Amino acid sequence: MKLQVNGVMHEVEASPTARLLDVLRGPLGLTGTKEGCGEGECGSCTILLDGLPVNACLVLAGQAEGAEILTVEGLAAGQLAPLQQCFVDDGGAQCGICTPGMLIAAEALLRRNKAPDDAEIREAIAGNICRCTGYQRIVDAIKHAAVVRAGGAS
Amino acid sequence: MIIGRSVPRIDGHAKVTGKAVYVDDLPPRPGELWGVTVRSPVAHGTLRGIELDPAFDWSDVTVVTAEDLVAMGVENLVALIEEDQPILATGVVRHVYEPVALVACADRDKAERARAAVKLLIDPLPAVLSLDEGTVVQKKYRIDRADVDAALAASEVVIEGTYRVHHQEQLYIEPQGVVASWHEGETPVVHVAGSLQCPYYVHKALKKAFHLVDDAAARVEQTVTGGGFGGKEEYPSMIGLHAALLARKSGRPVRLIYGRKEDIEATTKRHPAVCKVTLGCKRDGTFEAIKVDVVMDGGAYVTLTPVVLSRGTLHACGAYRFAHHRVESRAVATNTPPNGAFRGFGAPQTIWAVERHVDAVARALGRSPIDLRRQNLLQKGDLTSTGQVLDVSVGGQECLDAATKAADFDRRARDLEAWNAAEAAAGRRKRRGLGISTFMHGAGFTGSGEHRLKGKVQVDLERGGRLRVRSASTDIGQGTETIFQQIAAEAADLAFEDVSFENPDTSKVPDSGPTVASRTVMVVGSIVQKAAAAVASHVRAKAAPGESFATAGDRLLAAGDAETKCLVQYVPPQSRAFDDATYQGDAYPCYSWACDVAEVEVDLDTFETRVLRLFTAHDVGKAINPVLCAGQVEGGTLQAIGWAIHEAIVWRKDGSIANARMTNYIVPTSVDAPEFHTTLVEVPYPNGPGGAKGVGELPMDGGAPAVANAIEHALSADLRWGAGVLLPDLPLLPENVFERARRAEVVS
Repeated sequence: MKLQVNGVMHEVEASPTARLLDVLRGPLGLTGTKEGCGEGECGSCTILLDGLPVNACLVLAGQAEGAEILTVEGLAAGQLAPLQQCFVDDGGAQCGICTPGMLIAAEALLRRNKAPDDAEIREAIAGNICRCTGYQRIVDAIKHAAVVRAGGAS
Repeated sequence: MIIGRSVPRIDGHAKVTGKAVYVDDLPPRPGELWGVTVRSPVAHGTLRGIELDPAFDWSDVTVVTAEDLVAMGVENLVALIEEDQPILATGVVRHVYEPVALVACADRDKAERARAAVKLLIDPLPAVLSLDEGTVVQKKYRIDRADVDAALAASEVVIEGTYRVHHQEQLYIEPQGVVASWHEGETPVVHVAGSLQCPYYVHKALKKAFHLVDDAAARVEQTVTGGGFGGKEEYPSMIGLHAALLARKSGRPVRLIYGRKEDIEATTKRHPAVCKVTLGCKRDGTFEAIKVDVVMDGGAYVTLTPVVLSRGTLHACGAYRFAHHRVESRAVATNTPPNGAFRGFGAPQTIWAVERHVDAVARALGRSPIDLRRQNLLQKGDLTSTGQVLDVSVGGQECLDAATKAADFDRRARDLEAWNAAEAAAGRRKRRGLGISTFMHGAGFTGSGEHRLKGKVQVDLERGGRLRVRSASTDIGQGTETIFQQIAAEAADLAFEDVSFENPDTSKVPDSGPTVASRTVMVVGSIVQKAAAAVASHVRAKAAPGESFATAGDRLLAAGDAETKCLVQYVPPQSRAFDDATYQGDAYPCYSWACDVAEVEVDLDTFETRVLRLFTAHDVGKAINPVLCAGQVEGGTLQAIGWAIHEAIVWRKDGSIANARMTNYIVPTSVDAPEFHTTLVEVPYPNGPGGAKGVGELPMDGGAPAVANAIEHALSADLRWGAGVLLPDLPLLPENVFERARRAEVVS
């Protein structure tokens, strides 16, 4: 099976009925995408499939053939992307297990809405459970990243 | 100053790039097996036998039962406080989900099928499923100061109330798990790596069960841990023992990682409790005497219950001044999974009761909840229920002032009442309200705990003038790595970048005591400070004139100078001894203080509550890293809000859990969470690094009562209820609030 992940085409030996999450974490070695519940509730395994956020635990590998997949490993190009840097600086990550999925959900939001307000941010990450932060600092980090992406002060 | 600066967390880069290695991210080891646990489906029963389905192919499956432990000479015991909990049940099962057998196979799917092919023969016995039915007392305490009976008899006003709280699941997003291997005849014999808070707890449990004498025979290392909140304090000992047993019998490495359902079902939860409070005061509101009767549900085994009950007992009189105290507490056994450590550790349960009761007293006296609290809050020089004189770092009043000022409390309350009146006039069904709680939390281990623990850290000089902090204190998200580096850099007068943090691994770090009890920064941080200062001042003392720190350090290292390493053991500050028999004396080195103000919106049709805004002020002594510190405050407060209005374990009549999934065990999402307005108050504690004291657990204590108080305010123009509070019990799920509202009189 062929999967395009983070801009690179991979040839991978896997059953098309395997969960995309297991193929990413296993044969492709991309363990940045996490499993928190295995039933699409926690959002820790959020990836972008052709630009849309999905739970990789609910997608079959075969469904992702021909699609463009983005995981947390694909966010940084050399240095941290503004979104990642803002999560580090503003306290958006604590234990870090929800962070990859949270970043991907935020990336999806900022691609379609360059200047989201608090309510739009909260709605966009409502499928990603964080048990550590209380969310305020995640919301602040995403808002901050939107400003940086728009060329504003960091 | 590096202390007090919000240095970006040191593990942040790895966490935002996906490079941080959690237990399930460890690459598979050659020959590795997947381990699973076979559990009792019965709450209480006689275990007659275990049958392996003869139709199943067991040729490549390893099975371990209690009989194997006998054959291997393993002591069937999870070492903790009491020696009552077996690694695998034998003879009798005492709760649903109790581990009875272990299975491992290289093929994960086959391991799961093998689990189903193990048949447990159990004859059911009568089961005790709630604390109301519990008769077996696991532990009890009594505090009795001055003359409560006489004082209550003489009080102008005496108010009684009974308050209940429920289980809560920690729901860290990374489920529990370990990878274990066994190396017969080598050192270490047993190696466990996993998601855990307290490497030396697992180490102790392995040594005890496997009769290992040499400390080096067992090695336990922490992998990056995706949240704990107390849930990974004691339970990883059980999982570590299970994986080690499978590894020993099979001769292969074993990965044992729980799925979400199994994690919710089998691991520990917050203790349910019921508290009866009697408070005597003057008509002017001056508190005089308090009597609290506490019962907690310990579950089927003792585990950490005595310590949880102790903390609950010591916090049962709240943050208020009384001349007479009596607290009688007991924990009873039930046939439910053992309850254990969860952020707050018994205090949120009793603080819920006393805070609700203060609201009941305010109502009876016609006083505002703020004024009554302000009048009675403990201040410097006052005595606690244990007769401890609060002589240092007492910031309760400052927190009350800061939080009510940030909320602009009186004006906001009036505005909300006007808003409610307008809604009502327009026939709309939303109501808003404002509520408050004030609370304190003892920092560090209770009483003589730190004397017994003898926590240690080591700081080593490394090449290039760098320092390495070796400590068993784990970073489970709260930022320990970063904060210890800040403390060490400040103490050594070095740059933040010149300090590093050794991964907690029992082969590399001394036993600093467990990562619990809001003790990491205040207690362990204080010895990190001492050790780093000692090494740095030694290097500077030995440096030749004009020689740089790095050059002098390298020279000393090359010469094998022994003082380039410094091991420091914690010595508790001189204080009045705590008497474990009378529960009198200095219970904690100091207390952290806080005040929460919650603004809620309640729907009069559905009785759903939303917390719109949360103003909180926390006196933490000194925020070493304000961003990380505020993150603790907000995250802990949201867990308290979740406990109050979203979260509930649903127990079936057979003692099993009906909602062991994230689909139906509901924790707050980003849209449920309030907007936080956090103020960090700093009333320094002289023995903490930079003045810092504990913060980890405090935020869990006050969220629930502030929300309850706010809901009652929101409903107060529409409903009239009798004496006491409308909402004495958690959880405040819509159906429960509806039920209480239904019994109240509707104001037309």
